[in-house]
Amino acid sequence: MTSLTLPFMLVPRVAPSRAMTWLSPLLAIVLTLAAGALLFALMGQDPVQGLRTFLWEPLATRRGWSELALRATPLILCATGLALCFRANIWNIGAEGQLIAGAIAGGGVALLATATSTRAFVPAIIVAAAAGGAAWAAIVAWLRDRFHANEILVSLMLVYVAQLLLSWLVHGAWKDPDGYGFPQSRLFEPAARMPIVLAGTRLNLGFIVALASALLLWLMFARGAIGFQLKVAGLAPRAARYAGFSERRLAWFALLACGALAGIAGGVEVAGPVGQLTPTISPGYGFAAIIVTFVGRLHPLGIVLAAFVLAQFYIGGELAQSRLGLPSALSGVYQGLLLFFLLASDTLIMNRVVRRARLVVAQ
Amino acid sequence: MNEAAALIAATLAAGTPLLLAAIGIVISEKSGVVNLGIEGIMAVAAVAGFAAAHASGSAELGFVAGAAAGAALGLLFALLALGLLANQYATGMALTLFGAGLSAFVGQSLQGENLAARGTDGIPWLRELPGIGPALFAQHWMVYVALLLVVAVAWFLHGTRAGLVLRAVGESPEAAHALGYPVRAIRVAALAFGGACAGLAGAYLSVIYTPLWAEGMVAGRGWIALALVTFATWRPGRVLLGAYLFGGVTMLQFFLQASGVQIATQLLAMTPYVATIVVLALISRNPRWIRLNMPASLGKPFNPNA
Repeated sequence: MTSLTLPFMLVPRVAPSRAMTWLSPLLAIVLTLAAGALLFALMGQDPVQGLRTFLWEPLATRRGWSELALRATPLILCATGLALCFRANIWNIGAEGQLIAGAIAGGGVALLATATSTRAFVPAIIVAAAAGGAAWAAIVAWLRDRFHANEILVSLMLVYVAQLLLSWLVHGAWKDPDGYGFPQSRLFEPAARMPIVLAGTRLNLGFIVALASALLLWLMFARGAIGFQLKVAGLAPRAARYAGFSERRLAWFALLACGALAGIAGGVEVAGPVGQLTPTISPGYGFAAIIVTFVGRLHPLGIVLAAFVLAQFYIGGELAQSRLGLPSALSGVYQGLLLFFLLASDTLIMNRVVRRARLVVAQ
Repeated sequence: MNEAAALIAATLAAGTPLLLAAIGIVISEKSGVVNLGIEGIMAVAAVAGFAAAHASGSAELGFVAGAAAGAALGLLFALLALGLLANQYATGMALTLFGAGLSAFVGQSLQGENLAARGTDGIPWLRELPGIGPALFAQHWMVYVALLLVVAVAWFLHGTRAGLVLRAVGESPEAAHALGYPVRAIRVAALAFGGACAGLAGAYLSVIYTPLWAEGMVAGRGWIALALVTFATWRPGRVLLGAYLFGGVTMLQFFLQASGVQIATQLLAMTPYVATIVVLALISRNPRWIRLNMPASLGKPFNPNA
């Protein structure tokens, strides 16, 4: 029998490389940019000019930075929640659906506000959004707990259900009667909009909430008992069982917390920059957050940094469309490439590359 | 009678992309590898197939392009998950996200384009039979190829020595490796086949079923196909049944609408997704039964150099 022989082979390391754990995301970003430059060249663009538009222009102004932080907000919130799940080895990949459920719940509360309402609506919207997202994730948790249903498939199917639910509401019950037939709700009253935190920009309270959630995650894993239990449950489920940690309780906790955070992401998005409910309130933030979580190494600081990188891809894609006339879907290609390169680079954490010996003993 | 024939015909058409994708998943999962990137492969293949059919005017070339794109992405998955030992679940997610981005990017210029009209579909003579003709024999030939593929895969898995080796690799790669079988090469081939089938499924959607390209048109069918394979406990015959059942569920909504039932389209469109969740919950209730039928090494990495 012949086998695939390459000049190099991977040999497992004795212990995972700590240096590679943090170098791998950087390597992946560099490789993504290199591939991106190649992509620009293939489309007949000057690669340097292309990358400049894609990467540099968003950072050239204060407004650019605020837009970046605005885009990073839902990514940080969702990724923080996903980090909880992934640490516990729960493959919740439906943060997008939980985000939409939060947007529906938060938007539903926001629609109740009138011209005379007070700012008390802002916390109410955030709480409702968290509850909506958590309720959506609770379906995943319940089916997983009670029926052992695979959380990957259930959470993903629920994304489509949430999208259709939102579409149904804005085409029907919540449609703006004065909206010329467009499938969207009426604009929220000022009392139901997230307060702006940086004058002259669109950056709102949501960004502060996102940073707070990342800080909370850090505290939980650095100091909290439940963070420790989640880690053990993910790394060594049997050890967790011997230690008496309830795997079921941890799964419920991780999924509900993730749902709540993703829900808040949806709530602050509709009550922030969007200002109303529309059929598509998210350009896939919940999915991009999966990449953020991996690139950020499930670590809060890493997640915040990675969220800015992915936010940059979104804005860069839009600029590439308006300036260079390229499809804005370019950002999606970049996102996918980044995750591919990250997974490839991650090989070097657990393995080292060894040159195959010239002389192979005949089999 | 006429309406029943139309429902059966629509069910066959809607079930075929699920069937094509799922039968490929059976082969790759029987070799012990989970590829969660099927949704992304279908999206890219849908664009590739549509572009080829659009440029050449030939649906057949569309299928060739779709299958080739699918196989290429299957090999890309193999490079990462088998060559570089990346986590299979994460690699599949990456492929799904990459496929969504790439297909939207490439397809932006094809949005709203139409394909040249095809001749009459179906099997000559048979399709003119009253009743069963329009119900069963008036489909595009790919529908019947999908059926033949199921028979071929069932025969391959349970009737040939090569199929036995494939199953052995999925049950215990260590044992198969010790016996001298090239575990990785077999898995690479299984993934390429799975990718090509998903590619045919994607091309069927954009070239025959819709027939046009729209971003997000795969709409979770790749994931439903993955779920179907679990429902069917990795058996081709049950995959066939499941795919048509889900095709029927998808189609029922249109017939309900046409018959004047007052339910919003969005709520009806939820049925395939909700049905997947419900069936998944029912079938997973007994985890031991799933584990008994599942290829034992499914999703676990294997490094012959370790």
